[in-house]
Amino acid sequence: MSEFDLEGWTCPAPLRNQPNIVMGHGGGGRLSGELIENVFVPAFAGTQLASVLSQLGDAAVFDLGGARLAFSTDSFVVRPRVFPGGNIGDLAINGTINDVAMSGASPIAISVGVILEEGLAIEELGRIAAAMGVAARKAGVSIVTGDTKVVDRGHGDGIYINTSGVGLVPAGCDLGPHRVRPGDSIIVSGPIGMHGIAIMSVREGLEFGSDIRSDSAPLNGIVSNMIASGADIHMMRDPTRGGVAATLNEIALASGTGIEIIEHAVPVDEDVRAACGFLGLDPMCVANEGKLVAFVAADSCEALLDVMQRHPYGRGATSIGTVVEAHPGVVVAKTAIGGTRVVDFALAEQLPRIC
Amino acid sequence: MKYLDEFSNPEVAGRLLEEIARTVTRPWAIMEVCGGQTHTIIRNGIDQLLPEGVELIHGPGCPVCVTPLETIDRALAIAARPDVIFCSFGDMIRVPGTAIDLFGIKSQGGDIRIVYSPLDAVKIAQENPDKQVVFFGIGFETTAPANAMTVVMARRLRLSNFSLLVSHVLVPPAIKVIMDSPAHRVQGFLAAGHVCTVMGTRQYGPIVEDYSVPIVVTGFEPLDVIEGIRRVIHQLEEGRAELENAYPRAVVEEGNHAAQQVINDVFTVCNRAWRGIGVIPQSGWKLSERYAEFDAELRFEVTNIVAHESAQCRSGDVLQGLIKPNECGAFGKECTPRMPLGAPMVSNEGACAAYYQFRRTEVVGIQ
Repeated sequence: MSEFDLEGWTCPAPLRNQPNIVMGHGGGGRLSGELIENVFVPAFAGTQLASVLSQLGDAAVFDLGGARLAFSTDSFVVRPRVFPGGNIGDLAINGTINDVAMSGASPIAISVGVILEEGLAIEELGRIAAAMGVAARKAGVSIVTGDTKVVDRGHGDGIYINTSGVGLVPAGCDLGPHRVRPGDSIIVSGPIGMHGIAIMSVREGLEFGSDIRSDSAPLNGIVSNMIASGADIHMMRDPTRGGVAATLNEIALASGTGIEIIEHAVPVDEDVRAACGFLGLDPMCVANEGKLVAFVAADSCEALLDVMQRHPYGRGATSIGTVVEAHPGVVVAKTAIGGTRVVDFALAEQLPRIC
Repeated sequence: MKYLDEFSNPEVAGRLLEEIARTVTRPWAIMEVCGGQTHTIIRNGIDQLLPEGVELIHGPGCPVCVTPLETIDRALAIAARPDVIFCSFGDMIRVPGTAIDLFGIKSQGGDIRIVYSPLDAVKIAQENPDKQVVFFGIGFETTAPANAMTVVMARRLRLSNFSLLVSHVLVPPAIKVIMDSPAHRVQGFLAAGHVCTVMGTRQYGPIVEDYSVPIVVTGFEPLDVIEGIRRVIHQLEEGRAELENAYPRAVVEEGNHAAQQVINDVFTVCNRAWRGIGVIPQSGWKLSERYAEFDAELRFEVTNIVAHESAQCRSGDVLQGLIKPNECGAFGKECTPRMPLGAPMVSNEGACAAYYQFRRTEVVGIQ
């Protein structure tokens, strides 16, 4: 990006004008990207599979012993730990399943690492663990290894969870920004912004009455149906932190194409829209935990929508826009009244610690 | 909440825009005063849909943007103290001071909290009796009643650990400064609807008469803004200069009496510096004598902090409508939302940020 010049960078280096970590570095937006690009990727270079890391996909995909493997890891620090529609436990399982599934893979096995704070009620830990078990069984994925650490009181928020997952990529399945091309249709699997707003509605100091529940859900089932349908899918991503806006921007930049969406075609539930209205948030920038964005060849779009809408997690699937040759790297929305605007990453953290 | 759809209905918008196109016979320059309206205009592309020659000039009505650098530096000095919990609206957190912003102070260990309601800061003061809790009370007339209520409540609760850092600004003096400026090109105003919800519309009558300029009190949804523009255009084309209320669902002539009472009790009019513009006489509110004990500037002795603005940043010209954001040499280069030089690049309602976020494909191809 032209606004960010790399001249003078060394590694590991403090970010210019920002000698310390700020919350935005964990937000999945521009600041996170700068941290990864300038601190982690150069520091981790020089290993055999380092080129896999530099692809920066949700999951790393590489060949191993004749199989094509997808491998992903994610940490969960959500606050509060219990929210409408889920808790940190099922979120941690679904989150990693989805990261693996977005490469087209079937997730097989998951690891669970927990960091517990002295004083956490074992009863609450039990409920979180039970939720993880339920989520894994529901998704048909096995939890096969784990680790437990405890930190002093005051050094953690009750519980942090890291999960990693591996899955098998079906033969011939190659998804990623390198396959995105002008003319592709862009599909979102259902109404957006529900997870972020559900968390917000129970945040300390901000509680507001609402029936909005997190959409936290495993997407491996619907993905497997989508792949099996034979539709010419080019890329998938789950729009978590930073929401659909961040996902579309990342893909536009990584693929070097432009993206044009029809703003009023983007599905947003009435309640989410109202909450975003009074909180001053853009639903496009609010996190999801059970939705995916798919890029598909235009002639496969209708068939794929049909397959998605038959699955419980894809009932609200709809096409929201297309990939274009114009304005490469930039996402543009046509507004309801007929104007246009650029859809940018949310720069600052709209809702910190939502996953 | 149906109003979201109804006030961005494309058919109605189309009809209003057609009428504007039919009515216009020559170029007109209209200023929307409020940053919320600027945001609506740019986010929805309303300016793109107006007939050629009808120009919208973005006014100084973003409270985050006009809060002087000096006040930001004072806020930062207070927020850095280990005995302080510093509460603020979210937008202020990223506004750059001379050396750092509130996010930076937070990463260095400062206790900074974003609150949605000013009264949440009072609650935090109740819950943390061993800490000094400061609320950064900024804004136009709109946020004044809620900000004023914090010290009323703090007094009622006998809180000695709560104080208010006040940087309130007023719309009518700013409009007069713009009209008095020899360089100005403004021929009509969309007045800020929410300011008028609190203060009523009476203050604007004398401005209309003194300057013979149409003022239409306007709301914030796309149709509100288009309707405001339509009414100003009609007045201009017909040679009229009148005060009209195009936002009657929220604004009555006398305003909100209860809100005005608490404002009059807590605040008193003062001279105020506006970032990028300078001191405008009688253009702000500070805490009245009765509530001086809650004044954070006095409590933390920061009145000696002075600051000088970036020479590169032309936010003053932007805020006065003399240039468009992308006409500033630093726009999108030295100055981006990631590393803003001036406040209009920070806030959601800032004209520079709105241009950068929503328009950067058109302006020098910045990506």
